[in-house]
Amino acid sequence: MTASMATSRASGRGSTTGRDGSMAASSARVAAMNGASAPFIALEQVEMMFGTHRVVDQLDLTITRGEFVSLLGPSGSGKTTILMLLAGFLQPTAGSICLGGKRIDHLPPHRRDMGVVFQNYALFPHMSVADNVAFPLRMRRVGREEIEQRVTRALDMVQLQHLRDRRPAMLSGGQQQRIALARALVFEPSVVLMDEPLGALDKQLREQMQLDIRDLHRRLGLTIVFVTHDQGEALTMSDRIAVFNRGRIEQIGSPTEIYDRPASRFVAEFIGETNLMAGKVTTTGPDGSLIRLDSGEDMAASAADWPAAGNEALLSVRPENVTVQPVGTARRTERVNIMQAKVADSVYQGDHLRLHLDCGQRRMIARLDRQVADYAVGTQVDVVFQADNCRVIPT
Amino acid sequence: MKAAKIVFGLLAVTFLMAPLVTILPLAFTSSDLLSYPIRSFSLRWFEELMISDAWRMSIVNSLVIGAGATLLATVLGTLVSLGLRRSFAFSGILKSALLLPMVVPAVILGVGMQITFIQLGLVNTHVGVIIAHTVVALPFVIVSVSGSLAGIDMRVERAAMSLGANPLRVFGHVTLPLMLPGVLSGAVLAFATSLDEVVLTLFVAGPNQRTLARQMFSSIRENISPAIAAAAFVIIVGTVVVAGLVLLFRAAAQRQKPSTVTV
Repeated sequence: MTASMATSRASGRGSTTGRDGSMAASSARVAAMNGASAPFIALEQVEMMFGTHRVVDQLDLTITRGEFVSLLGPSGSGKTTILMLLAGFLQPTAGSICLGGKRIDHLPPHRRDMGVVFQNYALFPHMSVADNVAFPLRMRRVGREEIEQRVTRALDMVQLQHLRDRRPAMLSGGQQQRIALARALVFEPSVVLMDEPLGALDKQLREQMQLDIRDLHRRLGLTIVFVTHDQGEALTMSDRIAVFNRGRIEQIGSPTEIYDRPASRFVAEFIGETNLMAGKVTTTGPDGSLIRLDSGEDMAASAADWPAAGNEALLSVRPENVTVQPVGTARRTERVNIMQAKVADSVYQGDHLRLHLDCGQRRMIARLDRQVADYAVGTQVDVVFQADNCRVIPT
Repeated sequence: MKAAKIVFGLLAVTFLMAPLVTILPLAFTSSDLLSYPIRSFSLRWFEELMISDAWRMSIVNSLVIGAGATLLATVLGTLVSLGLRRSFAFSGILKSALLLPMVVPAVILGVGMQITFIQLGLVNTHVGVIIAHTVVALPFVIVSVSGSLAGIDMRVERAAMSLGANPLRVFGHVTLPLMLPGVLSGAVLAFATSLDEVVLTLFVAGPNQRTLARQMFSSIRENISPAIAAAAFVIIVGTVVVAGLVLLFRAAAQRQKPSTVTV
């Protein structure tokens, strides 16, 4: 993370000279944070129809140079279609796509200068590892000696120099993924597109690759568009996450924004786990809002100006923000919500404890530190959660 | 149970091989008659194949016509397979139509071709026979090439595009090398089809286009000399070699051995 503190800003393309590892930290995150830079990739009012089925619906999205943006959503939400549109395998039925200020939506894939990493790696089975990595350079008619140097450097980068003469079929999934990565990066594309690249790997390898890709992104100052349906992966890796639902972007923001301040029920439920309570907004404002639940209790929530008072809304609170105390010990204040509940189930999960709580007709889940005294099933408890951890979201 | 399987297997193989086992040794008889017992062995009938004008010409014809039909069927069949790779309106019907020569009785095809070829002046020409053989060889090429194309992951071609290859280079560097085993085994099957095709040849070929198979067919009626057995031996050896090549190509398609290519 110290890399993000660097103040010097290297451009995505120029910084690739630092592939040897000696270069100063890239500014990816800085660029993402100041947000003032001109958009590098801009999708405007993009629409994609397959027959009568609208897969992408009037979508706007801008990405800054050096940014790592994840497109997150369930299958069929249009995220992969966006990637295919960026790569040029599909043409949008309406709207425009610009890269560095120039329209690219009419360009064929081979003239777009984007490195694509596919879920199944899509290595050339009839070529050696070295020939796979050399392929984009050969297509660009790079000289023989330079190809040799750059392939060697790219294979060093993914630490697979020793496999250069093997065929892809002889490599493990993780090794094939690294080769696909090296092949997509060796020609220093302006954008790297990744379509669920880690989907086929086992958990441990996946986590290692997540860190490796994030490290490459930071070191090389790459602009990466990363498609995934795994929220954990998106939270770990991204500068920004665009949450997709039915061809639209439901919310776009930093991982913290998305997780802590979900803008809709879909986002709240798709990213992590949440407790939702239906009610009606009583007051809104910068100092906090109030919501009257359908069950009659008033609950305080964090600042909100929408939905307006009088509207139906949901109160969302994450299980890790819910605590439990022996019955009668909790004190209700303006910024602390309290509920009476009975422990319905207590599940030991190793590093934490999950309590299923019965609050009238409602069920809540609390995620507790396992050091906390164990609550037996059937015990009456006070459920406590801070107003600042409660979000009012539209139904 | 296991013993029963083995016995049944042996019986089936015997049934299939018996005619070959019967005829092949007679190629090496020194007698004038195509019959057992063989009193002494000689290669005189192979010599006869080489010396006799009729036999020699038929072997040359078979090679020329086979080569022409193979080339034509392989090129056309490969193009058809590439064209039918993505489905479009009526593509299924089109493919069935192209595979029709496999199921239509050869006699019917033969009659139709004879009538057509007379109109076009192709009867009794090498070109005519090559075209006729191409028609029956084409389905084998299409089936073989389509099969190998179906095995190519489209994403591999997409990857090549995104890495900077224009459509022509995607074909040359990725699609063609990956489909090559299918093309080669299709070509081999086409050659084998042409080699033992008799019925169409009867209809469209004249005396100057007599192929080896056709020559054997007629010499059986004229005189039953052991030269037929010798010719059969030649064809069978040729076919076995060809079948061996097909197996080799298929194996090559499966195998992924370390390459010696370096950058």
